[in-house]
Amino acid sequence: MDVDADDIFRDDEDDPDAQHSLLEDESSKEYVVYLVDASPKMFNTTCPAAEQDQNDETHFHIAISCISHTLKSQIINRSYDQVAICFFNTREKKNLQDLNGVYVFNVAEREFLDRPTARLIKEFDHLEESFSKSIGSQHGVVSGTQENSLYNAIWAAQALLRKGSAKTVDKRILLFTNEDDPFGSIKGAVKSDMTRMTLQRAKDAQDLGISIELLPLNHPNEAFNVSQFYADLIGLEGDYLVDFMPSATNRLEDMKDQLRKRMFTKRKVKSLKFTIVNGISIQLNSYALIRPTVPGAITWLDSITNCPLKCERTFICADTGALMEEPITRLHPYKNQNITFSMKQLSEIKRVSIGHLHLLGFKPLSCLRDYYNLKPSTFLYPSDEGTDNSMCIFIALHRKMIQLNRFAVAFGGSSSRPQLVALVAQEEVIQSGSQIEPPGMHMIYLPYSDDIRLVEERYSDSSGMVTKASDDQIKKAADLIKRIDLKGFSVCQLTNPALQRHYAVLQALALAEDDIPEMKDETLPDEEGLARPGVVRALEEFKTSVYGDNYDEENEHNTGEPTEASKKRKANAEFATKECENYDWGELADTGKLKDLTVVELKYYLTANNLPVSGKKEAIITRILTHMGK
Amino acid sequence: MARNKEALLLLLDVGPSMHSVLPEIEKVCSLLVQKKLIYNKYDEVGIVLFGTEDTDNELTSEVGGYQHVVVLKDIKVVDGDIVEALQQLPRGKNDGDFLDAVIVAMDMLIKKFGETNKGKKRMCLITNAQYPIKESYKGTKEEQVTTIAKQMTVHGMRMESIILRGKLSQDANKGIMDENDRLLNIFSKETSTRLLYVDNPISLFGALRTRNITPVTVFRGDIEFSPKLKIKVMVYKKTSEEKFPSLKKYSDKAPPNDKHATRDVKVDYEYKSSEDPDKVVPPDRRIKGYPYGPQIVPISSAEWEAVKFKPEKGVKLLGFTESNNVLRHHYMKDVYAFLPEPGNTKAMLALSALARAMKEMNKVAILRCVWRRGQSNVIIGVLTPNLSDRENIPDSFYLNVLPFAEDVREFQFPSFTNFPASWLPNELQLEAADNLIKTLDLAPHGQQEVLLPDFTPNPVLERFYRYLELKSKDPDAAVPPLDDTLKKITEPDGDLLLQNRAVIGSFCRSFELKGNPLKKSRRLLGGKRSFSSVDVEGNITAQPANLIENASVKVEKIGDLTPVQDFEALISRRDGPDWVVKAINEMKNKIFDLVEDSHEGDNYPKALECLVVLRKGCILEQEPKQFNDFLRHLCNFCREKKLNSFCDYLASEGLALIPKTEAIDSEVTDDEARSFLVKSESKVV
Repeated sequence: MDVDADDIFRDDEDDPDAQHSLLEDESSKEYVVYLVDASPKMFNTTCPAAEQDQNDETHFHIAISCISHTLKSQIINRSYDQVAICFFNTREKKNLQDLNGVYVFNVAEREFLDRPTARLIKEFDHLEESFSKSIGSQHGVVSGTQENSLYNAIWAAQALLRKGSAKTVDKRILLFTNEDDPFGSIKGAVKSDMTRMTLQRAKDAQDLGISIELLPLNHPNEAFNVSQFYADLIGLEGDYLVDFMPSATNRLEDMKDQLRKRMFTKRKVKSLKFTIVNGISIQLNSYALIRPTVPGAITWLDSITNCPLKCERTFICADTGALMEEPITRLHPYKNQNITFSMKQLSEIKRVSIGHLHLLGFKPLSCLRDYYNLKPSTFLYPSDEGTDNSMCIFIALHRKMIQLNRFAVAFGGSSSRPQLVALVAQEEVIQSGSQIEPPGMHMIYLPYSDDIRLVEERYSDSSGMVTKASDDQIKKAADLIKRIDLKGFSVCQLTNPALQRHYAVLQALALAEDDIPEMKDETLPDEEGLARPGVVRALEEFKTSVYGDNYDEENEHNTGEPTEASKKRKANAEFATKECENYDWGELADTGKLKDLTVVELKYYLTANNLPVSGKKEAIITRILTHMGK
Repeated sequence: MARNKEALLLLLDVGPSMHSVLPEIEKVCSLLVQKKLIYNKYDEVGIVLFGTEDTDNELTSEVGGYQHVVVLKDIKVVDGDIVEALQQLPRGKNDGDFLDAVIVAMDMLIKKFGETNKGKKRMCLITNAQYPIKESYKGTKEEQVTTIAKQMTVHGMRMESIILRGKLSQDANKGIMDENDRLLNIFSKETSTRLLYVDNPISLFGALRTRNITPVTVFRGDIEFSPKLKIKVMVYKKTSEEKFPSLKKYSDKAPPNDKHATRDVKVDYEYKSSEDPDKVVPPDRRIKGYPYGPQIVPISSAEWEAVKFKPEKGVKLLGFTESNNVLRHHYMKDVYAFLPEPGNTKAMLALSALARAMKEMNKVAILRCVWRRGQSNVIIGVLTPNLSDRENIPDSFYLNVLPFAEDVREFQFPSFTNFPASWLPNELQLEAADNLIKTLDLAPHGQQEVLLPDFTPNPVLERFYRYLELKSKDPDAAVPPLDDTLKKITEPDGDLLLQNRAVIGSFCRSFELKGNPLKKSRRLLGGKRSFSSVDVEGNITAQPANLIENASVKVEKIGDLTPVQDFEALISRRDGPDWVVKAINEMKNKIFDLVEDSHEGDNYPKALECLVVLRKGCILEQEPKQFNDFLRHLCNFCREKKLNSFCDYLASEGLALIPKTEAIDSEVTDDEARSFLVKSESKVV
C-alpha cells in the first residue's frame, strides 16, 4: 500500500495546487513583448469601431494606438516595467536571431526589451506614417514557402524575454492579430507540421514562465474564431473558451482608456500578530489599499548641465562652529533647563507593548463616530503563514462581526505611534465580475483625547441663542436632498485634477508636445444639473423656508453683531486708508523710492487698496507697481 | 506672546471619599501643568482644595465661613513648584462642599484680574459630588447656584466640572447626588462649559484637557449649494494628531561648564554636482527634475506656476448620496468640523435643517473644497451630520476627506467562499465567536462606553512628560514604566476577561488543534523549507492560558469537543516520530472515558465514531495490532463492568477487527474479524 501520509485525511476539495496559487503573491515587475501582426489583412479599413463611429480605422491602427496609450500610462504607472514592440509578417527583419518576417521596433539608447522612454513613445507615435517605408507589410504564411512567421515571432519574443528570472518578473507576450487561422492558406502535411511546430514553440515559451495573451481584433462580418487555432496556442478550454471573446474585447477597450495612475503591486506592509485572547492569536498581513498618491519624487538638477545634484548634509555646532557627526543626543527645553535624551531612551518611551495587535473588546458600529479618524486605514487579511485554524478564527470573527454589526477595538503597538484601532469587518463586494471590496478587516486608527478638539463647544461662547430647524424646514431640506442626488456615487470615480494635470504637463514637456492637453476637472459640480427647474424650485423653497424672502440682504450683511476681530480689522483698514493719503505713491514709484519706505508703510497702500499684504518687501513693491499699472 | 495666556484654578476635592482616586488626580493635574510649562509657559495656575481638615482662604478671614477650603497655591505663572505641589496633594478629613470652593475661587480670580483677562479665566472642578452643599441663607440652592453662575458669566469666567461616578465613587445617597448633578448642570448651562461624568481612571485622565489649543479656522465663507444658495460657515479641524514633541539635536562640542551655550546644532544642506564633488551649486542654479520613465524632466518653478492646476477657492456641493455609498475605511485624513457662522441664525437654521434631513434620510453630502486661494489641489470630502442634543450647541457637520481614483489600489484578495472547507469555521466555532463578541462588550447597554476615544489619553505622551519631569530633577533617571492606569489601554481588561472566562475558554477550545499550515510548502518543496514558523503558529494555541478554565488541555491532547478531528490532526502530524503512537494511545483513552462515563448509552455513538476513525487510522498507519488488541481489551473491560450494551451496540453497527485483507500485518482472518463481536455476545448469553 502506497499512501502519502499527508494525504490521508485531506479533504477532497483541498487541492494543493489550488491552495498554493490562492494566496500566492504576484511578482513585482512585468516584462511585456507587444507582438503585432503586420500582415496586409491588418491594414484593411473595415473594422468593428466603424459600427458606432464612422472612423475608417484599420486594425493595425487600433493595435498601435492601443499600445501607444498603454505606454504613456505605463511610463507613469509602472515605469520599471520593460517593454519591447515587435511586428511580424514584415518585409524587413530586425531581431536577435535574424529571423525572417519579424521586426523589433526600437529607438536609440535603448535595448530591445527595456524600460519605456519618452523617445520610444514619441517615435512610436509617428511610426504609422513611415511604417510601409521602413518596415513594410507582407503576407504571412503562404503556400510554397517554409517560412512560418508566427513561429518566428514567438521565438523572437521568447528570446527577448530571456533576461530576468521568471520568479521575480512577470513575463508576457501580448499578441495583436485579426487572423484567426494563420495557416489557412496552406494544406496537408505542411499545415499540420507548421501548426504542430508553432504550438510546440508556444508551449516551450509557456514552460519558461512566459504567458501568451491574445488580443484578437474582430471583423464586422466574420467574428474572430478562437477555436480555429489560437485556443490551442494559449491553452483555452471549456468555459474559458466561451467567455474569451467578450472579455478580450473589453480588455482592448480598457487598454485604450487607461488612467494615468501609478500602479502599485500588491505588497504587504507588514506581518502582524493579532492576539485575540491569551493563548490564541492569528497571523495577519497588512496592506495599504488607500493612500494619497503624490507625483513622483523630485530630483534636483543643475539648471545648466541638467545633471543630477547630490545633496550633502553637514552638522555644525551652533556654539563653536565646529563640524560634527550626526548627533545622537536630543534635547528639550524644560523649566529653563536643557533636558537631554539619548535615542535609545526615546525609543524606549515609545515602546509600549511588544506584541503587535491586542484585542481589547467589541463595540457596536454606531460607536465609531465620524470624527474618529486621523489617517488612511490599513487593510488586514490572514497571512498564509498561518494555519487553517487561524484562518477559521479570522473568518468566524469576520462573519459574526458583520452579522452583529460590531467592530473590534484593539491596541496596535506600532513603533512610531502605538494607538487604539478599530477593526471593521468588510464583506466582499463583487460588481460585474470584479472585486470592488476585498473581504477582510479595515484597521481604522482612533484618535486619543488629546487629538480631538472641542470646536463645537468653543462655538457656544461667541453666540447667544441656538436654534434648531423646524419640521417644515427639515422637510424642505429633504426635498432638496432628493433632488440633488448622486446616484450610485462611488468613491473612486473621481480623478485628482491636480495630479492628472501634473502628468499631462510632464508628458507634454517630456515628449516636446506643443500644447498641454486640457484635462476635464471632474470634481466640479454639475452646473447643468443644478440648473434644472426641479432643482431650482427645491432650492428656492428651501431658501424661503429658512431665510424668508430677503435671502440676499441677509446673506450680504451679517445679521449678527460684528465680532471684535472684524471691528478691529475695519478700524485697521480705516487707519491705513488715512495713513495712505499721506504719501504721494505715484511719485515714489516713479522715482524708485518705494524701496526706501518700511514694510509697514508699504502695507498702508496694500490695505487701503484691498490687496494681499503677504510676502517679502520685494514682492510687495512689485504688487504695488502692478496695481498702479507701472 | 502672552496673548492667549489663561488663568486656571484647579478646584480639587480631597475629602475622604476621594482618597482612592487622588493618585490619579495628582497625575493628571501635574501633567496638565507640565504641558503648560512647555507649550504655554506664561499661563497662570492656582490650586484650591476642599474637604481638607484645615481652612485657609481669604474669604474666611474676611467674612467667616468657607470652612475646610484651602488655597494650596495662589494664582501664579506655572513653575516646578506647582507641579510638585500637585504630585503630593494632602488627604483631607472632611466631606467637601464644592460650592464653597467655587466661591473662593471666583473671589480669587476677581481680586487678581478684575475685569481684565476676559474669557481666559477658567476653573476646573474635580469632585465626586457625593455630599450636599450647605443650605443657602436666602432662596433655594438652585437660585443660589444660578446667581453664582450668572456672576461667572459676567466676569468672563468658565468652569468645567469632572464628576467621578461608577467605580470611582463609593455608594452614596442617590438623592444628594441627583441634586448635585442638577446644580452642577446649571453651571454648565450658564457658562456653556463641559460637565463630564467619568467612571474609570482612564477616562479621568482623558477628560481633563491637558493642552489647550485655540482653534483656528481652516476656511470661512460659503458652502455653495448652487450659485443661488450659499450658506455661511466656519470650518475648523476636529481632529489633529498631537505629535510626540520634536526634539532638538544636541551638540556636545561647547564646553560643559559654559552656561550660555545654546547646545544647538545647525544642519546645512549643500547641493553638489555629481561630476565635480567639490563644487557647490548655488540655489539659483538648481532646477527641479521630475521622473518620466528613466528620464528626468527639468521643470522650473516658474514654468510649473504657469501651467499647474489652479482651482478657485471655495466649497461647493456636488450632491447628496446614500450614506452606504461611502464606506468608513475610505476616510483619508484628520476630520474637519463645519459650523454655522457665529451670530448668523439663518445659517444655523439652514445647516440644522439639512443635517436633520440628511440624518433622517440616511444621506451624506459630497463636497469639493479648496480652502485657500492659491491652493494647488482640491479635496473631495464627505459631509456627515452631527446633530447636537444640547441647547447651547448648534447642529453641525463633519467632513472627511475621500480618496481619488488614483489613491485606491485595487489589490485582489481571495474570496473566503472559495476556500476549502477545512479553512472555514463550523457552526460550533461560529457560535463561539458570536459569544466572544457579545461578551467582550466595551459598550454595554446602560453603561458608559469603555475606551471612548474622547476620554482616552495618549499613554506615550504621558510617559514622555513624566520622564521629562523626572529628568529635570535627576538627569540620569531611567525611563519610567508605563503608568499603571494607562497600561489598561494597551492590554485587555483583566476583570472583563475574568468575568467571561467560561466563554473565552469555550472559544479557545472550539479552535483548538487542527493546526495544518495553509501553505503546503513542505510537500511542494520536498520538505526542504523549514516549517518552524508554521509550527510556532500552531503551538500558540498550545501555550497554557492562565485565564482559561481548561488550562491543562494541551495541543498534544485530544479534546472533548472534536475528538475525531483532533485525532486526525494528531495522527497526520509529521514533525515528530511519536505522533502516531501518541494519537492512538490518546484515542484509546478517550474511548475508554467515553464508554465509562456513558449514562444509559448516551456516549455510545460518539465512542463508535472514535472507534471508526481509530480503525481507519490504524489501517493507514499499518498498526492493525494496536486496534485489534484494543478492541479485544475494550470488550473484556465492558463485560467486567457490566457494560454489555456497548458491545451489542458495536456489533449492531458492524464494527469489526482489522483483518489481514485490510492490513497486511494483521493476524486476524476475515471471518475472525467479522465474527469477533458476534461471538463474544453469544459467549455471554
